[in-house]
Amino acid sequence: MSDRPADVRVHDFREVDTGLSAAEAIAEAERCLQCKKPLCVRGCPVCIDIPAFIREIADGNFPRAARSLKDQNMLPAICGRVCPQEAQCEGVCILGNKETPIRIGALERFVADWERGNGPELPEVAKPTGKRVAVVGSGPAGLTAAAELARAGHAVTIFESLHEAGGVLTYGIPAFRLPKEVVKAEIDQVLALGARLKKNHLAGRSISMDELLDYDAVFLGTGAGLPAFMCIPGENLNGVYSANEFLTRVNLMHADAFPAFDTPVLHGARVAVIGGGNVAMDSARVARRLGAKVSLIYRRGEEEMPARKAEVLHANEEGIEFFTCTNPTRILGEQCCVTGIECVKMSLCGIDASGRRSPEPIEGSEFTLDVDMVIQAIGTSPNPLLVSLIPGLERGRRGNVAVDKNGRTSIPHVYAGGDIATGAATVIEAMGSAKRAAAAINAMLKGE
Amino acid sequence: MKQLYKVESATKLADRVYEYWIRAPQVAKHARAGQFIILRLHEAGERVPLTISAVRGDTVRVIFMAVGKTTQELATLHAGDSIKDVVGPLGKPSEIENYGTCCIIGGGVGIASTPLIAKELKNAGNHVIGIIGARNADLLILEDEMQEICDEFYITTDDGSKGVHGFAADVLKKLLEERKIDRVWIIGPAIMMKVTSGVTVPYGVKTYVSLNPIMVDGTGMCGSCRVTVGGETKFACVDGPEFDAHQVDFVELMQRQRIYTGQEKVSLERFAEHQCRCGEGGHHHE
Repeated sequence: MSDRPADVRVHDFREVDTGLSAAEAIAEAERCLQCKKPLCVRGCPVCIDIPAFIREIADGNFPRAARSLKDQNMLPAICGRVCPQEAQCEGVCILGNKETPIRIGALERFVADWERGNGPELPEVAKPTGKRVAVVGSGPAGLTAAAELARAGHAVTIFESLHEAGGVLTYGIPAFRLPKEVVKAEIDQVLALGARLKKNHLAGRSISMDELLDYDAVFLGTGAGLPAFMCIPGENLNGVYSANEFLTRVNLMHADAFPAFDTPVLHGARVAVIGGGNVAMDSARVARRLGAKVSLIYRRGEEEMPARKAEVLHANEEGIEFFTCTNPTRILGEQCCVTGIECVKMSLCGIDASGRRSPEPIEGSEFTLDVDMVIQAIGTSPNPLLVSLIPGLERGRRGNVAVDKNGRTSIPHVYAGGDIATGAATVIEAMGSAKRAAAAINAMLKGE
Repeated sequence: MKQLYKVESATKLADRVYEYWIRAPQVAKHARAGQFIILRLHEAGERVPLTISAVRGDTVRVIFMAVGKTTQELATLHAGDSIKDVVGPLGKPSEIENYGTCCIIGGGVGIASTPLIAKELKNAGNHVIGIIGARNADLLILEDEMQEICDEFYITTDDGSKGVHGFAADVLKKLLEERKIDRVWIIGPAIMMKVTSGVTVPYGVKTYVSLNPIMVDGTGMCGSCRVTVGGETKFACVDGPEFDAHQVDFVELMQRQRIYTGQEKVSLERFAEHQCRCGEGGHHHE
C-alpha cells in the first residue's frame, strides 16, 4: 500500500492511495502464477482476462496490457480503485491460500493510469448499424452499456438528469477515493467511441415515454438513488442529511470550497453518521475533512459491516469513532437544530433473512451522543419516477425493475441493469449486469 | 458536447423582480402548469429551482426576485448571455380537471406561477377567479396577463396602493362566504400560503399550495426538499411541489428554508463586494 499518512490526508480531498510505480507493478505482476484455469477471471463480474493483462505488465508492455484490459472493461481506472477485490478477483486468487493474493485491483489501476498519462488508445468501433439505442443514466451501468453498444456500431444517446455524467462515480464516491479527473477521463473515452451524452435530461420529464420507447432499444441504468430515512423522531431537523445530499453537495457541487463555489453545506463540529456501508465510510471521512469529530453508528458488529475492509481501516486511521451494535432511536434538537442523538445498544441474536445475525435492542441501554449534525447512510432504493411512468413495465418487490439474467424487462425492447434492476450493489456488479444486457441488446438488434 | 441555454430576453418587471425567457427546447416541449426548472449559472454555481411561468416556442419564462447571491447574479445577465445548465420540466404537473369554479391566488413573486395554471384550468372548462396580491402596487406583476385569462380578477395590496386594501386572504374569505368554490390554488411565500390556506379550512375546499423548500438535484435523489404532508415525509421535487395545503407542516418548512441563512449571507456579501470591484453588470467567470 502506498497510502498518504492519515494526519496529512484528513486536511484535503486528494487521493489517499497513491498507486504503484512501474517497478512495483512489474514486481507484483511477476508473482502471478498464470493459472491455466484462472479462478480470478471467474471472480470478476466483467470477466477481464486477468492473467493476460498481468503477463503484459510483467513483460513491461503497458500499452498491450491496457488494450487487453479495455477489451472487457472500459472503466479500468475506476474499477481498479473502487471494486471490492477482496470479495471478487483477489478473493479467489490461488495465491491467497498460502501468501497474499495478487493485487489485481492495484495492477488494473496502474495500467489504466499509465495509459491515461501516455495517451489512451481507442478500441475498434464496428461499422454503423443504423440502429438507435437510448441509454438512461450515465452511472457505471449506463456508461458500460453505452460503451458496449457504441463499439457494436449502434447510434447511442445517453440521457443524464444531472449536469455532470458519472452517476455515483461523480456525486457519491469522494475524490480522495476516486479523483474526479479520473472519472472524467474514462467517461471521455466512452464518448470517444461515438456515444452522445445529453446532460440535463430527466427521462420521463425532459423526454417523454413515447420519445424514449421510439428507440430501437432502451437500456435503463437509472440506479438506486432514492435515499432511505430511518423514520425516527427529529429527522427533519436542520442538520440532518441523507448521505446522498451531503455527498452530492460536496462531491458534485464542491460545497467544501464554499464560498468560491456557491453551494453551501453545514460544517458540524460533532457529526454522527448512521450506517456501515461504503457510503457511510465516505460520508464520515468527508465530514472529517470538513473539520468534524465524527462518530459512526452501526447496528451490527464491525465484522458485519458491508463496507470494504480497506475503507473501514482508512476511516479508523483518520480518527472516526465507531459505535457498533448501536442504533439511533431519535434525533434531539433545540430551536430546530440538531443537538444530539439518542441511541440504544444492540445485541446480535439469531440469523435473519439476509444470513446475518439480527440485532435486537438491549432494554435500558439508551445513551445520548452530543452532535450537531447527523448523516443517514442506511441505504437507497430504486428511484421510482421513470419506472412508474413506463406502462407495462413489471417491477420487483422493492421497486426495482424485474429482469431476467440478460437484463430483459417485461417490455421486449427495454432492458435494465445496475442498481435499478438489482437494488443497491457495487459499481462492478452494475457494470457486469449492464454488459450482459448490452450483449442481449446486440443480439436482438442483429435479429438473433 | 457543450450545451448552453441562451437568455432570449431579460426584463425588469418591478423592484428586484425580473422576467427572463430562456431557450431550453427539451423543457419547453414538455412543460405543464405547476412544474419548475433547476438552473446553474456557471461552473462554480449552485442549482436553484424556479417555477416555469410560461412557454413560447423553444423558450420558457421564469420570473424571480433577486434576493440571494444566485438570483442577483442571474439578474446581471442580459439577452444573448447564456446559462450553463437548465433541467426540467421537474415536479408533478398541477392536477387540472373540470372542477367548476376555481380560485387561483398569487402572492408577491409567487404570482409568476399563476398564469399557466389559470390558463390550463380555463382550458379545462373551469370558471377561473384570479387574485394577485403584493405589499404595494410597485411589486404587482402580470396584472394584464392574469386579467385576460381569468373570468374574474382581483388585486390586493397590503398598503392599499392599488386594488383592495388588505390581503388576498380577505378577498378569498369574502368569495367563500358568497358562493361555492370548488378548488383553490395558493402560491407565494410560505407564511402567506400558510395564512391564506387557513381561510379555506372551515369551508372544506380542497386547496393546493406550491411548496418552495431548498433543493439540490430536483430529481428525488437527496431529500433536501423533504416536507411533512399529512404526517408523512414527502420530497417536494418529485411528490410535489403542489400539495394539499391543509396537510402541510408549514412551520417545519419555514424552519428548513433557513438552514443556510448564515452561509447565504456570506455568499451574498462576497458577491456584492465583487460586483463593486467589477462595476455594474460585472462578468462572471467559468
